[in-house]
Amino acid sequence: MSELTLKTITELREGFRAGDFSAREIAEAFNAAVAAGRPLNAFTVETPELALAAAEAADSDRTTGALKPLSGIPLGIKDLFATEGVDSTSGSNILKGFKPTYESTVSGKLKAAGSGMLGKLNMDEFAMGSSNETSAYGPVISPWKRNDGGNVALTPGGSSGGSAAALAAGLAPGVTGTDTGGSIRQPAAFTGICGIKPTYGRCSRWGIVAFASSLDQAGPMARTVRDCAIMLEVMAGFDPKDATSLNLPVPQWEAGLTGDLRGKKVGIPREYRIDGVPDEINAIWDRGIEWLKDAGAEVVQISLPHTKYALPTYYIIAPAEASSNLARYDGVRYGLREMGVKSLDDMYAATRAAGFGAEVKRRIMIGTYVLSAGFYDAYFTKAQKVRTLIKQDFAQAFEQCDLILTPTAPSAAFGLQEKLADPLAMYLNDVFAVPASLAGLPAMSVPGGLDGQGLPLGIHLIGRELDEQGVLNAGLAIEERAGFNHRPKRWW
Amino acid sequence: MADATAPYRIKGATGDWEVVVGLEVHAQVVSNAKLFSGAATAFGAEPNTQVSLVDAAMPGMLPVPNRECIRQAVRTGMALDAVINRWSRFDRKNYFYADLPQGYQISQLYHPLVGPGEVEILLDEKDENSVKQIGIERIHVEQDAGKLMHDQHPTMSYVDLNRSGVALMEIVSRPDMRSPAEAGAYLRKLRAILRYVGSCDGNMEEGSMRADVNVSVRRPGEEFGTRTETKNVNSVRFVMAVIEHEARRQVELIEEGGTVAQETRLYDPDKNVTRTLRSKEDAHDYRYFPDPDLLPLELDEAFLEECRASLPELPDAKRKRFEGLGISAYNASVLTAEVETARWFDGLLNAGAEPKQASNWTVAELFGALNRTGKSIDECPISPEEAADLLKLVADGTISGTIAKQVFEIMLETGDAPSKIVEERGLKQTSDTGAIDAEIDKILAAHADKVAEYKAGKEQLFGFFVGQTMKAMAGKGNPQVVNERLRAKLG
Amino acid sequence: MSVNEDQVRHVARLARLALGDDEIDRMVPELNNILGWVEQLGEVDTDGVDPLTAVIDNKLRLRDDVVDDGDVRDDILKNAPDAQHGFFAVPKVIE
Repeated sequence: MSELTLKTITELREGFRAGDFSAREIAEAFNAAVAAGRPLNAFTVETPELALAAAEAADSDRTTGALKPLSGIPLGIKDLFATEGVDSTSGSNILKGFKPTYESTVSGKLKAAGSGMLGKLNMDEFAMGSSNETSAYGPVISPWKRNDGGNVALTPGGSSGGSAAALAAGLAPGVTGTDTGGSIRQPAAFTGICGIKPTYGRCSRWGIVAFASSLDQAGPMARTVRDCAIMLEVMAGFDPKDATSLNLPVPQWEAGLTGDLRGKKVGIPREYRIDGVPDEINAIWDRGIEWLKDAGAEVVQISLPHTKYALPTYYIIAPAEASSNLARYDGVRYGLREMGVKSLDDMYAATRAAGFGAEVKRRIMIGTYVLSAGFYDAYFTKAQKVRTLIKQDFAQAFEQCDLILTPTAPSAAFGLQEKLADPLAMYLNDVFAVPASLAGLPAMSVPGGLDGQGLPLGIHLIGRELDEQGVLNAGLAIEERAGFNHRPKRWW
Repeated sequence: MADATAPYRIKGATGDWEVVVGLEVHAQVVSNAKLFSGAATAFGAEPNTQVSLVDAAMPGMLPVPNRECIRQAVRTGMALDAVINRWSRFDRKNYFYADLPQGYQISQLYHPLVGPGEVEILLDEKDENSVKQIGIERIHVEQDAGKLMHDQHPTMSYVDLNRSGVALMEIVSRPDMRSPAEAGAYLRKLRAILRYVGSCDGNMEEGSMRADVNVSVRRPGEEFGTRTETKNVNSVRFVMAVIEHEARRQVELIEEGGTVAQETRLYDPDKNVTRTLRSKEDAHDYRYFPDPDLLPLELDEAFLEECRASLPELPDAKRKRFEGLGISAYNASVLTAEVETARWFDGLLNAGAEPKQASNWTVAELFGALNRTGKSIDECPISPEEAADLLKLVADGTISGTIAKQVFEIMLETGDAPSKIVEERGLKQTSDTGAIDAEIDKILAAHADKVAEYKAGKEQLFGFFVGQTMKAMAGKGNPQVVNERLRAKLG
Repeated sequence: MSVNEDQVRHVARLARLALGDDEIDRMVPELNNILGWVEQLGEVDTDGVDPLTAVIDNKLRLRDDVVDDGDVRDDILKNAPDAQHGFFAVPKVIE
């Protein structure tokens, strides 16, 4: 495996600009890694020619001095993003073969910044899942294995499972994910990489297939905090085509990076210490606290009283919005259509039954039910009220601290099929990640260390709205002290 | 509030029934682009050529509201004296149909843009006391659906999304109407106001304005009965027919011991019947919830000020102003019924015509000519200024009223200016008493027997002498002077 | 509140999902499990609390009334399972 695939975006950019290697060499190295990485099933479609084309343009731009922020850097794009002329399936059968005639704003910005696309990344169907096992294109297999000598295939987490696996396995130096209830952060934790979900509205949702509109956010996943900052600066920004997009300038997060947390207060919410969570999870949390203290932060105990209601709130609001967002998949204008049916209604029902997987169907059913006559107030309105309380919890907490530190996930990566029997068991994966999603706050996972079985554990930071810098800086402080440079041992 | 006519009743087998009517009017908003997308709204384009990715509900698409559509709805609300809600919200109405690409319609259920208002209708144009107020419940904005065509193919229906996403105002009346005539008057008045405001062209044939008709019956004075809704009625005449038919159907049903089902019906204009729409089971569970792609809509004072300032003089105000100028109530009504007519007539007044004379002439002569030639006021070959010139020539005595009619005809034919026509054809009336006396003397001499009869008491012969004199003078005698001189000579 | 088979069928119909009998059988306990779990929100005192209307404080931006989109029929029809003469074709609907 080429040395180039071990480098971070920062290193690649530096080396490329210095002339140590060409963009073409970078693209070729990662294209080869992608091809060799097929056993992971991280990619739904590979686009080596697009990576090469961008690399050629970058090499040419370097000679004319017209370099762009991501010139020379090839990236993987989660299949939830519409990419012009390239299959965009959202991990679903119902969009099999769908080639958009348009490009999502976020992936378009990355393109315009000079990056090339290695391919589209596998994911839980319509971003619904925490283990990448609901994809219609097969599960993604984590590059990590337990050190118990066994060969159990592990999940990379979800829904951005393909993104996380590809990054961790060195198939791409940077990838995009989306996070609705933890779908960037939890897979980042499971695979020992960094991933950040920005403030709701920072990144445009135009061209990203909608799951839960009031929660979805695009974000970068990469090896280091600096790499995430670099990518996020390109991805973020006001988009007039998205009415929920924030009309604010994009801060220079990379330039503003510092691991010095003197003067900062870090809040430790007591409600995040949960029974039944392995000791190692709490241990890594404690280490995180020490590291931040070492960086100069003051640690305070805080309370987020409605934490335990966050997951049930999420599992009313997200399915409700999804049930409506997914109504457009009806076989009329694009995607799968079941033929040989007599009536329009039959076509709808047959198409959607054939095109959607079990988890998607389950969530559509829940969502339809909680919005239906007689149940709307008791479920949906109630959940929106509890959501207000959760947001208030955070607002009050941030009067006493600048950042909140928690574990990212309640366990390390588990084996494929291990949690499929009970949907609720799967939902509990996001218990630490969901509250920040409900409140629209920026949140990040950085790797803290390995557990007893050699699997990565993540540390989770939540910041005030619009304070991605604060979150990135705390992430950097941890990164500098955790010294996490573990990579999975190649088994593919 | 006076009842100019006897209250409308359905005469059933067991007694009289009162009809209760409410109308929900869907009016397409006049704007360049659609409510949530930048595609064009013009009628009659090739299928699917005025469709953006947003309108086609492609994966990942998002709505962004059009300020002008909001503005038009606010202006409409102001013209209906309605409460404007500075804070309102968009909700999704979820259902499946091939003309609804998103699988939901973006509408406003819980918090509409406009609240209660009212429309004043005149039940009898000739009776200014036959006024009735019809309440407006609310107005909200929502997306229109696409069009489905069923007759292009034996087994397939065709979907055209050009209309999908065009802005609609849904104007909901209170159930204040009690007869087909009231409903007709309400619709006509509402349409006129929309066209005055310029927020909707009111073209019911083309579908830019359509009505859902809610009808129930009850014994006078009792509680409201169960209502049915007949959807998408596209003419005033049909709305009135629906009310009559539906009311009778319900009365017959009840009197036979049945109960009226609360249901949605469709009108068949060929058979003049309403029938149950094929039962869309669950059609009523729209699962409304706030659209998470859109924030609440907040209007500031500057926006509302501009909307108010942009309103033209509305029909009622214009009618009252015309009446204040001495124009009859009937004429004032007729002249303000359509905005184009009112504008033309205002032009006539601004050119200096005397209001009363101008109104009589416009209603009798101009409209008569337009009807005869099948032209609308927009196609009127005479400008208000030219008409004003003609009327001035009559007012200052240059020509008589009779000659004016001739001149008008020639103006229509040739397009020449009235004064030019009068000059060239020597049509000036004469007030020269000498010439008039001479003619009168000739007439009286030629009809000595009739003179004798007149002097003996047959007064109606006076008209004969006037007519003969005018004829002899080829209509150019000043009628007043002719009358005076005849009286003088006949005693 | 729990759901029975009839209610599940009703919801599936609303959502236009053709579920087989075995799927319905599986879904009833699954949905009841999830619904039972989310019902704990009933414990929360939400008197006087407004439902969340905007995740992050923001003002709804309005667009100018300019035609800057549409006229892209080829793109619109490109992915259609059945397009004929410029229309989307669907199984005939009887009104």
